[in-house]
Amino acid sequence: MTDTAKPKLAVYKFSSCDGCQLSLLNLEDELLDLVGAVEIAYFLEARRKTLPPPYDIGLVEGSISTPEEEQRIHQIRRDCKYLVAIGACATSGGIQALRNWARLDDYAEAVYAKPEYLHTLETATPVAAHVFVDFELRGCPVNAQQLLELICAKLIGRKPNIATHSVCIECKRLGYPCVMVSASKPCLGPITNAGCGALCPSCGRACYGCFGPMEQPNIASLGDHLMQDQHVDARGMKRMLRSFNGYLEPFKQASDHYERLES
Amino acid sequence: MNDSNPDNTTRTIRVGALARVEGEGALHLVMRGSDVEKVQLEIYEPPRFYEAFLRGRDYTEVPDITARICGICPVAYQTASCYALEKAMGVYHRVVEAPGIQAMRDLIYCGEWIESHVLHMFMLHLPDFLGYESAISMAGDHGPTVQRALRIKKLGNSIVSLLGGRAVHPVGLCVGGFHRLPEASAVAELLPEVEACCDDMVELTLFLAENVEFPDLDRDYEFVALCPEDGYPMNLGRIKSNKGLDVEQDAFGEMVVEQHVAHSTALHSILKGRGAYMVGPLARLNLCYEQLHPRAAELVPKIVKAIGKKLPWRNNFLSLLARGLETVHALALAADLMRNYKRPAQCRIPITHRAGHGGHGTEAPRGVCWHEYDVAEDGSITRAHIMPPTAQNQITIEEDLAEFARRVTDLPDEEAALKCEHLIRNYDPCISCSVHFLKFARTWETAS
Repeated sequence: MTDTAKPKLAVYKFSSCDGCQLSLLNLEDELLDLVGAVEIAYFLEARRKTLPPPYDIGLVEGSISTPEEEQRIHQIRRDCKYLVAIGACATSGGIQALRNWARLDDYAEAVYAKPEYLHTLETATPVAAHVFVDFELRGCPVNAQQLLELICAKLIGRKPNIATHSVCIECKRLGYPCVMVSASKPCLGPITNAGCGALCPSCGRACYGCFGPMEQPNIASLGDHLMQDQHVDARGMKRMLRSFNGYLEPFKQASDHYERLES
Repeated sequence: MNDSNPDNTTRTIRVGALARVEGEGALHLVMRGSDVEKVQLEIYEPPRFYEAFLRGRDYTEVPDITARICGICPVAYQTASCYALEKAMGVYHRVVEAPGIQAMRDLIYCGEWIESHVLHMFMLHLPDFLGYESAISMAGDHGPTVQRALRIKKLGNSIVSLLGGRAVHPVGLCVGGFHRLPEASAVAELLPEVEACCDDMVELTLFLAENVEFPDLDRDYEFVALCPEDGYPMNLGRIKSNKGLDVEQDAFGEMVVEQHVAHSTALHSILKGRGAYMVGPLARLNLCYEQLHPRAAELVPKIVKAIGKKLPWRNNFLSLLARGLETVHALALAADLMRNYKRPAQCRIPITHRAGHGGHGTEAPRGVCWHEYDVAEDGSITRAHIMPPTAQNQITIEEDLAEFARRVTDLPDEEAALKCEHLIRNYDPCISCSVHFLKFARTWETAS
């Protein structure tokens, strides 16, 4: 197969930490094979050369938080046949979406001496709030093996095998003692999407929800348990839900509920 | 001066989005003949307002949140947050003196230095020296070198994962120590690979010194780094410079003036009453090369001989070799720490929260990453102040460019821009960090 016949891969960065793109470069064992299977057509963090669109697969890292980004994402949608949002920022708005609950002016004044120099939107939002997205890969950061699975599945034309159950299921399968039962730690594992390999419980700490909500989580039930049995207050519940995926439903709605209970 | 570029013509070179850097920035050069009229390193990485939304969070949440400032050096953010908050909580001395905890913080940081340095040296920076647009193209001619580098990079990630579960945004560190420390058997299992990679990194670094041509540059920098009494800079130590700065960790914030300029969402830093300064591998090496691990120290005379330049080095193109030496240092130190590892009885110091204040910097792969927090009585953050390394280097990068750009005025735009980009990449600029720094797309404007 000649280079021109290879599927073209594009990787984009919006408001983010670079960690999800780095996960691609962290596939040290598979990286050179991957470069053999796809043409890296646009990936500024890794190469200077760019090829013109269209691209077969576009991976987008980061949330949309500036007027320029809002424009750019629409062009990228036109340039990419299959567009994937990767990571918590691109799928939920990320940690910087905490400003969606605050006044931007207050935030700007807290960090910058001359807020008038900034060109930024009132909110930080996920890619899907702006354009149609073909697939969303969760995680802060994404799991590099899931990223590889996603690209391979697309190349051979099957559905990617990405779990939608909770961290609890992973945790039980791996045989870790439950940190909520055995150590009374307030764990978000029951409502958080799998994908990390139950990392925090493996370190004896409570899950902090970096893969975002699972499908149909029962947040109210977990909330009742944490508030009654583990002395988490409403403010604590709000803080736990409002972190790396806080602006993603239903974490967002539930955190608003606990905010009302605070007062 | 070529015919197409007579002395009186203004030429503008704009690199709209810098490649092979972490984050978003651009380069803006205006030249009149052989004079450089304006140099701007524009940083348009969107602001994310960390210091604003940290207010009101619980102090225990901080290291996991600040890690997200940078996916390349999360351990730098986590360690700086932890030490600063341990000072605020009054447990700092107990943490650094506890058997095992400090050693493992050094070990996880070694992992990050190895991973970040090798990524930058071989994937991002070396293609500039060898004339390739990327490591992907470079791999076609230098496959085995790229593969050796990837192996060492992977090992760095494995060390971070050993102590933190994963390479990006690890989950092991906490204020007070670690959530968990590994079984001795897991540490022992990784040791042979660390030793093998250390041997290979010695060879690769020497290979670079002997085979790479380094552009000339000689500048009178003020180098700033942590200078511990008993070792090479990493987590602890007073902050010193080659020009007489010598302060306690807590006081560093007061020494720095941060300025907000229109062309950057990263704040520009200068030392009060002193001016621009440089942090990073070259600063650390120049100030503390005598403290390198013996495996790296024995390599220094061979490298000095190969390039014909004695330390201290005043040319940041040589940062490639500084990173190589530091990677050898980190690998050798990691091997020592792992050989001596015994799982400590206590992996963290218990904390009863209180109101307090603490400031601390650690040596991120790119230089001093300094944090300061005020904590209220209930353990919530009332003020956060973070000075990332690339923001501290930004004025120095612009000054380097102003000096260096004079030498490239004879070159066509494309080549001149490439040379300037190379110079910027000497700093391994991490823009995601500093915005709290730099993006490379290429648009060319030739203004008359």
